[in-house]
Amino acid sequence: MMTHTPHPDLPPPITSVGAVGWLRRNLFSSPLNTALTVLAAYLLYLLLPPIISWAFLNADWVGDDREACNSGGACWVFIRSRFDQFMYGFYPEAQRWRVNIVLGGLAIGMVLLMIRMFPYKNWLGAFMLLGYPILALTLLAGGVFGLETVETSQWGGLTLTLIIAIVGCVASLPLGILLALGRRSEMPIVRAICVVFIEFWRGVPLITVLFMSSVMLPLFLPEGVNFDKLLRALIGVTLFEAAYMAEVIRGGLQAIPKGQYEAAAGLGLGYWRSMGLIILPQALKLVIPGIVNTFIALFKDTTLVIIIGLLDLLNTVHNATTDPNWLGYSIEGYVFAAAVFWIFCFSMSRYSQNLEQRLHTGHRR
Amino acid sequence: MPNDTPLSVVTETKEPVMIEMDGVHKWYGQFHVLKDLNLTVTKGERIVICGPSGSGKSTAIRCINRLEEHQQGRIVVDGVELTGDVKHIEQIRREVGMVFQHFNLFPHLTVLENCALAPIWVRKMPRREAEDIAMQYLERVKIPEQAKKYPGQLSGGQQQRVAIARSLCMSPKIMLFDEPTSALDPEMIKEVLDVMVGLAEEGMTMLCVTHEMGFAKTVANRVIFMDGGEIIEENNPHDFFTNPQSERTQLFLSQILHH
Repeated sequence: MMTHTPHPDLPPPITSVGAVGWLRRNLFSSPLNTALTVLAAYLLYLLLPPIISWAFLNADWVGDDREACNSGGACWVFIRSRFDQFMYGFYPEAQRWRVNIVLGGLAIGMVLLMIRMFPYKNWLGAFMLLGYPILALTLLAGGVFGLETVETSQWGGLTLTLIIAIVGCVASLPLGILLALGRRSEMPIVRAICVVFIEFWRGVPLITVLFMSSVMLPLFLPEGVNFDKLLRALIGVTLFEAAYMAEVIRGGLQAIPKGQYEAAAGLGLGYWRSMGLIILPQALKLVIPGIVNTFIALFKDTTLVIIIGLLDLLNTVHNATTDPNWLGYSIEGYVFAAAVFWIFCFSMSRYSQNLEQRLHTGHRR
Repeated sequence: MPNDTPLSVVTETKEPVMIEMDGVHKWYGQFHVLKDLNLTVTKGERIVICGPSGSGKSTAIRCINRLEEHQQGRIVVDGVELTGDVKHIEQIRREVGMVFQHFNLFPHLTVLENCALAPIWVRKMPRREAEDIAMQYLERVKIPEQAKKYPGQLSGGQQQRVAIARSLCMSPKIMLFDEPTSALDPEMIKEVLDVMVGLAEEGMTMLCVTHEMGFAKTVANRVIFMDGGEIIEENNPHDFFTNPQSERTQLFLSQILHH
């Protein structure tokens, strides 16, 4: 009988691991790749220095008016002098602490929810979904507990952008889930309603929705009944996004193998428990990229509320660039607005990738 | 047919009837999959159903817990008739465990959570109690040490044993096995069959669709051969294998036994 001696594990060749290995694999793996690497490096050499010198080295940071901007670079003084307006819109200066509390509370709540070890996650989550919006709305709108009333028309800037985006996301997700389930329902009437709803809202541009909500809707309402303009925009955005969300989630539902539905049913779980415990957790995890994609699109679509005269971040910036005192500095304004949008969208994207990794349970099939 | 047909065995033992299929027909669109199926299963009986692919054997046992709907005839499980009534369907599904060819474990839950889920949500058992029971059954299928892992981290044989444990956690009165070893590597078939043999020895009422003829010979009270949506032959394992009555059965047996 032969005895088999196992082959020992050897270390990989030095050129295939570490920094050298990475460079060889990724940047210089073939003549074409090497040429592209060199070309990209040259383009960076051409582009980066002027950008850096405009935005940082030659930029003006301090001062009170345009006189301070004389070094030829970016004039960040403009942004600094209008910063509060970009953040709060026309929210009364003396009341801005209310906005700070609302947004600060939101930030703290979200950070705590992202900490894996935080013990009261479920309670906090429930509070953030149910209690917080009411508190936030009360604080922002005022009119009770001796708080001065602030009309929604005074809300603006980044605050308004965040309000529309967050309400849109939080409200459209559950609605989208219901629509997606409804579209796959075996009940013909439920299915028909969901299909019509989804196809209607997906078929019209968001601008049209917003425009109709502010111009057409009052025509159909009885005299004297007046919805808040912001509320109408929020409802419009939510319904619009829910239709997109529904289709994203439906994609996830269809990717779940039939066996999962059967196993859940076979154990005696009813429809809602099957969906809630087995199907949706898997389907939603699958479509996290799609959901976040929709969220990011929604975040940027909030700028369309200009059409009904609401001033979000971008439109506040745009207005500021038309100020005669600051004419000619629109580039700085738009770069600033773009940077703020980018920070939020990029954070969402990173968080979603982190979430995907965390929820991955080693199931590859 | 000899006198000791299974049905006469049934009437002799006075065990209660667990499953009764009476003139069951099913169609997929125009395609007639089940043709006048009649089958009575008493408590503690172990029945193996075999037949070529497409013969309707899987469909037949999937009708028993209404994963497939029959269009004609009666199916009564544990005294409850299967109709469109969702209450009845859920009542039957609580008492009937099912093991699938592809395991169908829930990949987003740990092994322990897979097992404890239905007792908690369907039987309304406190979580701790459900997890204790789940651990007992995981020990029975000899993988308690995998309880905290996810299904994707287990081998096929281990996954199938978890699937069996998951069904057993509901303390079912009947277990249905739909080709439980067909998707497994040869090395892992035995570990799953061992668990099934153990279950049989404890007197579980079992219906197995399988091609494991060794299992059929040692465990089954009755072997049923199906082809073209019909029950062609039904006999005790000894007579079924040594003296098959129909030509179609003989051909099938010669094909699967002598390759």
